[in-house]
Amino acid sequence: MSDIERREADLPGGGLEEPAVVDVADVDPSLADPDLVAERVAARRGIRVPVGAPLLRMEGVTVRFGGLTAVDDVSFDIRRGEILGLIGPNGAGKTTCFNAMTGVYRPTSGRVVLDGQALRRHRRHEITRLGIARTFQNIRLFGEMTALENVVVGTDARHATSVPGALLRSRRHRREEREGIERAMALLELVGVGAMATEKARNLSYGHQRRLEIARALATEPKLLCLDEPAAGFNPAEKEALMGLIRQIRDDGYTVLLIEHDMRLVRGVTDRIVVLEFGRVIAEGTPEEVTADPAVVAAYLGVPDDATA
Amino acid sequence: MSTDAPTGSRTGTPTSTPTGRRPHGGVGDALRLWWDALARPTQWALGVPFILLVALLPVLQIPVLTTVGTSFGAVLAQFGMYALIAIGLNVVVGQAGLLDLGYIGFYAIGAYTVAILTSPASPWNQMGVDGWLSQDWAWLAALPVAVAVTAVSGLVLGSPTLRLRGDYLAIVTLGFGEIVRLLADNLDEVTGGGRGLAQVAYPRLGESDANPNGVFSAGSGSGVLTSGVWWYWTSLVLIVVVLLLVGNLERSRVGRSWVAIREDEDAAEIMGVPTFRFKLWAFVIGASIGGMSGALYAGQVQFVSPTNFNVINSVLFLCAVVLGGQGNKLGVILGAFLIVYLPNFFLGRTEILGLPIDGTRIAELRYLFFGIALMVLMIFRPQGLLPVRQKLLAYGRTLYLAARRASTQPVVKEGS
Repeated sequence: MSDIERREADLPGGGLEEPAVVDVADVDPSLADPDLVAERVAARRGIRVPVGAPLLRMEGVTVRFGGLTAVDDVSFDIRRGEILGLIGPNGAGKTTCFNAMTGVYRPTSGRVVLDGQALRRHRRHEITRLGIARTFQNIRLFGEMTALENVVVGTDARHATSVPGALLRSRRHRREEREGIERAMALLELVGVGAMATEKARNLSYGHQRRLEIARALATEPKLLCLDEPAAGFNPAEKEALMGLIRQIRDDGYTVLLIEHDMRLVRGVTDRIVVLEFGRVIAEGTPEEVTADPAVVAAYLGVPDDATA
Repeated sequence: MSTDAPTGSRTGTPTSTPTGRRPHGGVGDALRLWWDALARPTQWALGVPFILLVALLPVLQIPVLTTVGTSFGAVLAQFGMYALIAIGLNVVVGQAGLLDLGYIGFYAIGAYTVAILTSPASPWNQMGVDGWLSQDWAWLAALPVAVAVTAVSGLVLGSPTLRLRGDYLAIVTLGFGEIVRLLADNLDEVTGGGRGLAQVAYPRLGESDANPNGVFSAGSGSGVLTSGVWWYWTSLVLIVVVLLLVGNLERSRVGRSWVAIREDEDAAEIMGVPTFRFKLWAFVIGASIGGMSGALYAGQVQFVSPTNFNVINSVLFLCAVVLGGQGNKLGVILGAFLIVYLPNFFLGRTEILGLPIDGTRIAELRYLFFGIALMVLMIFRPQGLLPVRQKLLAYGRTLYLAARRASTQPVVKEGS
């Protein structure tokens, strides 16, 4: 059994009672071939920095809300092709960091540089087009749209058709529609929601919704994929399956930033970890280095159970 | 699929749906599924006769359906205009989720544009000797001008206000509708103020001894073929064209962006949807369809005055959209039909099914009944009479058909 099929069988909601199940091979036989799916899903856009070099640099980023400094002079790099974990206690500024990156907040000082280009006054949808995509801590899908339509909205970020083209069904419009659906179906297959393509997003199971968010973010063809607590509410088996998916996404050529509380997941999947506390970076390094760091243990991990006995 | 799969892992789920029936199977859903499954030529073969039947309604004079108190043709002509309005308002409210309470403003601008260009009472009348409009084709030429002017007015209203959301937007648009009406009432030199503008142009077609002013002239025709019928047919043509164009938009990046904005504007923006731009487009497109309807109105009545463009009518338009089903193009047309037809159905009727009624009184109380109907609807069917199920993909047909196959004939071919 292929990798993708197995992952789907292991999925949360894999045995869910859902009526509108599509046999994807019925729609497009090539979707049954995991290699072809991976090929269609793989990152296609040009990235200037080489693999291993910093793709995104946080340079002294500070975010202040009135008198509260949520993020204080934070600097770290995300290297192209790695999975970086961002951890820290609640309120440490993880999500604020994230929001400063994706343009939801504008840094009070410091700057964010993506692939050699500083993100300044870009609006949020422009930042998405520049190459940062994200998922949400609390799922925010377009509930009344089908799973497939949700993902096609993501692919639309790379499309240029506007009202005149759509009104007249221009050649570009038709090409973009075909490509969008093709790529969206492949992405749904990758995350294991392909059979639910025609179901409304709000009718999907929780696990499928989380995966659908990842597919939608990937559809924007990001240089950097940011996952905000993707495993929240998952049981251990589901987390295991999610780790496989995140690795697969990285292997398809994406760079991943992962905010997560579950240390087992973070340790299992990340290449490097950045630890925040009170809005500052207190440690940075490989999972082994970070988990051994006394400051991190004191701030976040706590003393292991067996040590206290 | 690989042969060593123990059970259907990919389609492993359908084993749990023994009946294979979708759970929410109302008559409407059944009808929709049936329609979607038909081949394109079959759809045309069924759709065109249906539209023809609808077009022939005023001529067929079906006994109970035909209104008693007023000319059925005139009622249907009004329905045609309301249907256009409902389609336009549906783009703004139903698709993009922008609550617009001042939509009547665009209707008024469309009507006044035609009137100002063609009424002899207007200072900018273009039908005179040095005007650029020909006598015979003035109305048809003014129609695209009216659409363009309302589109620009939609842009003007939208650019500053679409940064607002929800209730704030509703209040601002409500104000806009009133501003347009008050301007029409007070700019005496141009709009004639409270006196209005009379003798607006209309298509000069089919002039004969019986109809010296052509079939479109108010009061022309005798028996079944009144001028209303001709206006009804004109509006049907426009409705079909507008429906095709709006349908094209719906099944494209534009329609998806609108629905995404309606569902979650922030998430849409972060997913790369230029939300402001597409909200503005929704406003402009909605406005121009409203303006088109206004131009129809001005031509049919041949007279515009500010009293026709008050807030209550704006709310009535919204009522048609909500009643029919926000987001559903056919639903809002049904809503427009009910809003226009029901009061006229009762008007002048003295008995129904053998029971004596005071139909005219019931027609006078129409706002009361619409209010009650809306409240009942909100309790039992908040999604409207024909709930929305947009198709947002231009090439999703094969996929949806596959889904339908899978849901109606459960799991047999797995493992083959």
